[in-house]
Amino acid sequence: MSHFLAPVFEAGFFESPAVHVALILGAVVAIVSGPVGVFTVIRGQSFAGHTFADVATTGGSGAFLLGVNPIWGFVVMGLAATSAMEMIGVQRPRGRDVATGIVLGGVLGLAALFLYLDTTNSSTTGASITVLFGSIFVIDHRTALIAALCGLLVLALVLPCYRMLLLSSLNADMAASRGVPVRLVGFCYLAATSLAVALSAITIGAILSTALLIGPAATALRLTKRPVTAMITAVAIAVAATWLGIVLAYDSFYWPPVGRGWPVSFFVVVLILAFYLLSGLRRRRQRPAPGLA
Amino acid sequence: MILTTPFDPADDPADLGDEVLAVRGVSVSFSGRAVLSEVSFTLREGEVTGLIGPNGSGKTTLLRVILGLQATAAGSVSIAGGARDRKRPLIGYVPQKFLLDVDLPLRARDVVALGLDGNRLGIPLPSRKREHLVDEALAAVGAETFAGSRVGTLSGGEQQRVLIGHALVSRPKLLLLDEPLANLDPGSVQEVVKLLGSVANEHGIAVFISAHEMNALLPVMDRIVYIANGRAVSGRADEVVRSEVLSALYGHHVDVLRLHGRVLVVPGAGIDAGNTHDITVLPPPD
Amino acid sequence: MFSSFMTNTWIAASMVAVIAGVVGFFAVVRGSSFAAHAVPQGAFAGAAGASLIGANTLLGLGVFAVAGALGIGWLSRRGRQDVATALALVVLLGVGALFLSMSVEYAPELYSLLFGEVLGVSSSQLLPLGLLGVACLLAVGLCYRPLLLSSVLGDVAEARGVHSLRMEMCFLLIVAMATTMTVPVVGAFLTFSLMVAPAAAARLLTARPGRAVGLAVLIALLTVWAAVSASYVTQWPVGFFVGALGVVTYGLARGWAAVRLNGQLRRRPRLAAVTAAPVS
Repeated sequence: MSHFLAPVFEAGFFESPAVHVALILGAVVAIVSGPVGVFTVIRGQSFAGHTFADVATTGGSGAFLLGVNPIWGFVVMGLAATSAMEMIGVQRPRGRDVATGIVLGGVLGLAALFLYLDTTNSSTTGASITVLFGSIFVIDHRTALIAALCGLLVLALVLPCYRMLLLSSLNADMAASRGVPVRLVGFCYLAATSLAVALSAITIGAILSTALLIGPAATALRLTKRPVTAMITAVAIAVAATWLGIVLAYDSFYWPPVGRGWPVSFFVVVLILAFYLLSGLRRRRQRPAPGLA
Repeated sequence: MILTTPFDPADDPADLGDEVLAVRGVSVSFSGRAVLSEVSFTLREGEVTGLIGPNGSGKTTLLRVILGLQATAAGSVSIAGGARDRKRPLIGYVPQKFLLDVDLPLRARDVVALGLDGNRLGIPLPSRKREHLVDEALAAVGAETFAGSRVGTLSGGEQQRVLIGHALVSRPKLLLLDEPLANLDPGSVQEVVKLLGSVANEHGIAVFISAHEMNALLPVMDRIVYIANGRAVSGRADEVVRSEVLSALYGHHVDVLRLHGRVLVVPGAGIDAGNTHDITVLPPPD
Repeated sequence: MFSSFMTNTWIAASMVAVIAGVVGFFAVVRGSSFAAHAVPQGAFAGAAGASLIGANTLLGLGVFAVAGALGIGWLSRRGRQDVATALALVVLLGVGALFLSMSVEYAPELYSLLFGEVLGVSSSQLLPLGLLGVACLLAVGLCYRPLLLSSVLGDVAEARGVHSLRMEMCFLLIVAMATTMTVPVVGAFLTFSLMVAPAAAARLLTARPGRAVGLAVLIALLTVWAAVSASYVTQWPVGFFVGALGVVTYGLARGWAAVRLNGQLRRRPRLAAVTAAPVS
């Protein structure tokens, strides 16, 4: 068996404890990101989803500065950003765009400040880059496991509200007429997303956090219009991309430049893009004629 | 005369005014499904023509064909005798859906001004002539009172007027409106209908309005193009909106009831097309 | 702070503000703030790659900025615009992560490319910056009318021969050009804040498009001058002040607009039903 798989899985892949953790964490994040991502794409709030990843970066560097556990930084910052977005008016389609942008601008400015203070105080160069481009192999396992479990908790909180959330995402007016508190649901969804993204950002990095949130969900929604099917498909795609990415990253240890390995983020992102484009091919074969604008 | 064959413009005895648009035998299909089949009709200067049909009957597709945005499997569209050219502003268009964000930094008159030259490159240089044309268009649609207001804060009816002004400012020969009355309150509906009637009469523009319900347009409508199942019949309202004609179009029996000047098109229940029906007017409830 | 070695910074900062204000006007009107954020952040990955192979970082910025713009435009044809932007961004960042993993040492100038540094602009960079700025302004001026029409009334624009997708691509490439010149001064993260916040504030303060552009430029200039001064004094990054001032100016504009709206509501009671209720 090992001979057969040798070309794909380099020596020591299945034995490495770092790989075990990575596979588990990757899967958990993928499971959380799938359903949350589906709602994000339906609601057209991909910008907000990405913003929360950058917000998490800021929260993390702020926590570093205060010497507090990063998780608090992520959570507090996430909730603060959500509230700010809500106040500015994230419900209207165009207003949402500007609101997210203003909040993100302020938050990233803070990130700049925190990282600057951090580097001048503790002279750790490269801190900003590490936080931004952090990879799945370079985390404190205990923190990461706690974070992943919290992510599952967020999911458990969101799923019961599934019907209300779906209705208000697809047709806000109709939901309001049925007594759904649209604005409250929107706020709760945003808060849940910020937590989920924050938690995924610290486990697998800000880049992957956005990629796993948006990519698989968008791909799934191109393949099916039914929400539950889309969520399951999104999870499947996310897990596939993550695990395959981990395998390739491990293998790349032996690719040039030998001994360093390419980052997981790179592989996973490329795979997610590939899946997205492939789903487009399938769609175009089914509907060749131009639809109405 | 009209029952089964598509309307032939050459047959029309009441030939008032010049032809502005001639649609001949237009057919469009999506994924093998025929959306429009052999649609033919003409539009004339100064006339208001209603494009009436149930939702999904192909009205928007037909408008897109006229605008040159939709390819046809067969047939032709010609404007004022010449071939259709999107660059020449001979057609003013008011789309069904438009979203003018509340915070958009544009006044009503800025939107109207875009109708003059919005498709040309460069920055608009302020000129007296431009201002004059814009003022005229604003006056024509009764938008002077809110010309300087932010367009996103106007009511639905007011925004509709602004868009009509935008379409009119370049002095088109043909004005197309896609379901302009769909989201308006009854008061605004009456105002917009009156406006469209006066636009046709006073400026000699051919106005083509699509709607799924014709009653609101009856006061100003000169002719009608009734479309169902991708096929169309055109002529005057009293010629077209008849049980025999519409039943042939729909492919199943349809009753046309006229009550107090309003028209109701009601799917029948398998009764012979030849029967005449007595209409009993029920007394109002006490 | 007005000594000779700061002159470059003042000139560059002012040029950047003008471009950011003009391009930002359209970013906000089109609801493309995400793209205005994604292109610079993706461009940064290119700068990282350029420093890896020892090439000019401005070139790396430019190549990745254009790649990002083209990527967003190309993906937008196939799906939603916000999804396209997210995907293009993460791909560029992923490639950036690859470059960074291969570089042996960490170049300090990358920090300034992220967050902006007062002395981040060298004399040799001023000319290409200026040329890019002029090119940007010319491009915006040329596309102004069809871009505005396409942004506000997309269907009508199509009927008039203005292709929405073509305009989208033009706009994205303009953003890419603007990015390449703003990132060295304000940093990748805050380039977009300078584009979005002043324009967002300006559009609340006036309903006339020409004035909105002018106001956006003015607010951007004031923001950048204040940010450079504050950064010089405190040594904190320029980007921080740009972001913070963005929030402040937008907040002030919102407050002013709310006060003014109250006055308008009293004068035009017909509008009350439309504007008082939150639009969802």
